[in-house]
Amino acid sequence: MAFAVEIEDLTVAYGDKPALWDVDLRVPQGVLMAIVGPNGAGKTTLLKATLGLIKPAAGSVRIHGQPYEQQRRLVAYVPQRSSVDWDFPTTVLDVVMMGRYGQLGWLRRPGRAEREAALAALEQVQMADFAHRQIGQLSGGQQQRVFLARALAQNAEVYFMDEPFQGVDAVTERAIIHVLRKLRAAGKTVVVVHHDLQTVPEYFDQVALINVRRIAAGPVREVFTEANLRATYGGRVALLGANGSAGAVTTPTPAPGD
Amino acid sequence: MLTPQLEVQLIAVIIAAACALPGVFLVLRRMAMLSDAISHTVLLGIVLAYLISNSLASPLLFVGTAAMGVITVWLVEMVSGSRLVREDAAIGLVFPALFSIAVLLISRYTGNIHLDTDSVLLGELAFAPFDRIELLGIDLPRALIFGGGALILNAILLALFYKELKLATFDPALAATLGFSPAIIHYGLMTSVSLTAVTAFDAVGSILVIALMVAPPATAYLLTDRLPRMIGLSVAIGVAAALSGYWVARWFDVSIAGAMATMAGIGFGAAWLFAPQRGIVAQALQHRSRRERFAVQMLTLHLLNHESTGDAAIECHPRHLIEELRWPPAFANAIVRRAEQSGLVRRQGDVLCLTEQGRALARDL
Ligand SMILES: Nc1ncnc2c1ncn2[C@@H]1O[C@H](COP(=O)(O)OP(=O)(O)O)[C@@H](O)[C@H]1O
Ligand SMILES: [Mg+2]
Repeated sequence: MAFAVEIEDLTVAYGDKPALWDVDLRVPQGVLMAIVGPNGAGKTTLLKATLGLIKPAAGSVRIHGQPYEQQRRLVAYVPQRSSVDWDFPTTVLDVVMMGRYGQLGWLRRPGRAEREAALAALEQVQMADFAHRQIGQLSGGQQQRVFLARALAQNAEVYFMDEPFQGVDAVTERAIIHVLRKLRAAGKTVVVVHHDLQTVPEYFDQVALINVRRIAAGPVREVFTEANLRATYGGRVALLGANGSAGAVTTPTPAPGD
Repeated sequence: MLTPQLEVQLIAVIIAAACALPGVFLVLRRMAMLSDAISHTVLLGIVLAYLISNSLASPLLFVGTAAMGVITVWLVEMVSGSRLVREDAAIGLVFPALFSIAVLLISRYTGNIHLDTDSVLLGELAFAPFDRIELLGIDLPRALIFGGGALILNAILLALFYKELKLATFDPALAATLGFSPAIIHYGLMTSVSLTAVTAFDAVGSILVIALMVAPPATAYLLTDRLPRMIGLSVAIGVAAALSGYWVARWFDVSIAGAMATMAGIGFGAAWLFAPQRGIVAQALQHRSRRERFAVQMLTLHLLNHESTGDAAIECHPRHLIEELRWPPAFANAIVRRAEQSGLVRRQGDVLCLTEQGRALARDL
C-alpha cells in the first residue's frame, strides 16, 4: 500500500513536558483520516510537528515516500481558525491567494492566474460572493471556509486540518464535508483533527486515537472500538445506546466539575 | 538653494515617510513596543562603533546599529521564549539594560563629544541644516541624505517583499509551510527598523522615531481595512504630523520634535474618537442603533402576542408597555416613535396596533 504520510517515532516536548511520545502513524493515500483524542492530547502538536512548525525532539516525517522538507509543495495546512488575527486589513480573496504564494516563490507577485485559482477555490466552498469582503466581517463558519479555500488553492496532495468543524454552523459543516469527499474522490489524502466522536464513522475512513501516545490507528471499523476509546479518554466515554452500527458510536461525557 | 526652514521641513517629511513604512508592519504584528526598544538600544550600537572607529561618520556606525537592533529583538525573544516572563516584560527588561550600558559608556569614555543623552532622546531638528556634507557635488544636510537613504531603502524593500511581509504578518505558520521563513522576514523587518531608527534619531531623537513609527500606522489602521491603503495613509499622516508639528513649534516656540510627536498623537486621538467605523463615537452609535432595532423587534413581538388575546386594549397601551418591557419612559417613547416612522405600528386612539408590515416582521422573528 502507498502511504501519503509516514510518521515515525515522533516525540515532542514543551520544556521537559512531553506532548507527544514516540508516535508512529501511517496514512494511506486517498483516505479521510480523523485524529481524535481529549483536549491537550497533543493533536495540534502532532500536526505542527509533522509540518516542521515545531521542532520535534525525535522522529521523522515522510510525505509520499520522501522527507517532508522536499515535499512541501504536496502539503497544505488549515490551522485552527483562532490562530490568525481576523482584524488584519485584507480581503477574503487576498487571503485565499496566499495559498498560491508557495508556487510563486520569493519576489514574484501574484497576478491573474493566482486570482482565478483563488476565485475557483472560493467557488468550491460557496464563498465566491464574499471575495471582496473584509475578513473581519465573516462569521466563524465563513472564516473556516475561507481557510479551506486557501488550502484548496494550494492544490496539494495531502491536507492537514486542525478542527475545521469547531464551532461552525450546519451549512458550513456540510460544505466542508462535501469538499473533503471531493478531495478523496480526486485521490487526495486528508488528515483532520476532529472533536465530535459521533460523526467519525460517518465522515472518515480511518481514525487515529491519540493521547500523548498513539493509542490506535487504522480503519474506523477496526479501530474505533469502545476499548480503544476508553484507553484514549480514560473512563469519560459513554455508549450511546446499542445502535453501534459502524463500530462503537460514542460520545465523551464531561467529567464531573469539568 | 533651499532655506534652512524648508530644509528642516523636508527632512522631517522624509523621515516621517521612512518611519511609517516599516511602522505599518510593526503595528500589525503588535510589536510597537519593540520599536521603542530598538530606537533606544541602537544607541549602544552607535557608542560601540564610535569607540572602535573613533568617528561618528564611519560606516561601522550603520553596521553596529543594525546589529544592535537585531540583537535587541533576539534577546527579547530569548527572554520571553524562556516562558518565565511575557513579551512586554521581556522588552522592559532588555531595553533599559542595553540603553543604560550605552549611557554608562557615553559618560565614562566619550564625555566631550556630541553624543549626549538629551539629544538622543529629543534630537535637534532645528540644527540639522547646519550639519552638511557633499553628495555628488551638492551640499546637503546630512540628515536629509541619510533620511532619504532610509526612505528609499524602505520603499524598495517594501516593493520587493510586500507579499512575503503580508503573508508572514498575517499567518506565520502558513508562511513557514510554504517555505517563506518567518524568522528571516522578521529579522529583515527588524533590521530595517533599526537602520531607520539610527538614521532618524540623530535628527529627530528617539522619541519622535517611535512616535512616527507607531502613531501614523495605528491611526491609519483605524481608518481603513485594506493594507495598501493603510500603508499610503500612514505615510500621509506621518507627513501631515511632521509639517503641522513644525508650524506649531514655530508658532508657540517649542521643541520641533516634541510638537511633531504631539501632532501625531492628536491625529491618533482624533481617529480613535471619530474614525468612521472603528472610532469610539461610531461604535457607540452603532451600538445604540442595534439596541433600538432590537427594541423595535421586541415591541412588534409583544404586540403580536397580545393581538390575539382579548386584553389588547390594556396590554398595548403605551404606559403598559413601559411597565411590562421595563423600558425607561423616554426610551419607550423613542422606540414607539421609531416603530411608527418605520411603518411597523400605528396608534389607534390610545392603543398601539401592528401594521401588516409590523405583523410580518414579528412573525419572522
Ligand atoms: N507552545 C506551548 N508551550 C507549552 N506547552 C504547550 C504549548 N502548546 C501546547 N502545549 C501543551 O501541550 C499539550 C498538547 O497541546 P495540543 O497539541 O494543543 O493539544 P490538543 O490539540 O490535542 O488539544 C497540552 O498540554 C498543552 O498545554
Ligand atoms: Mg488543538
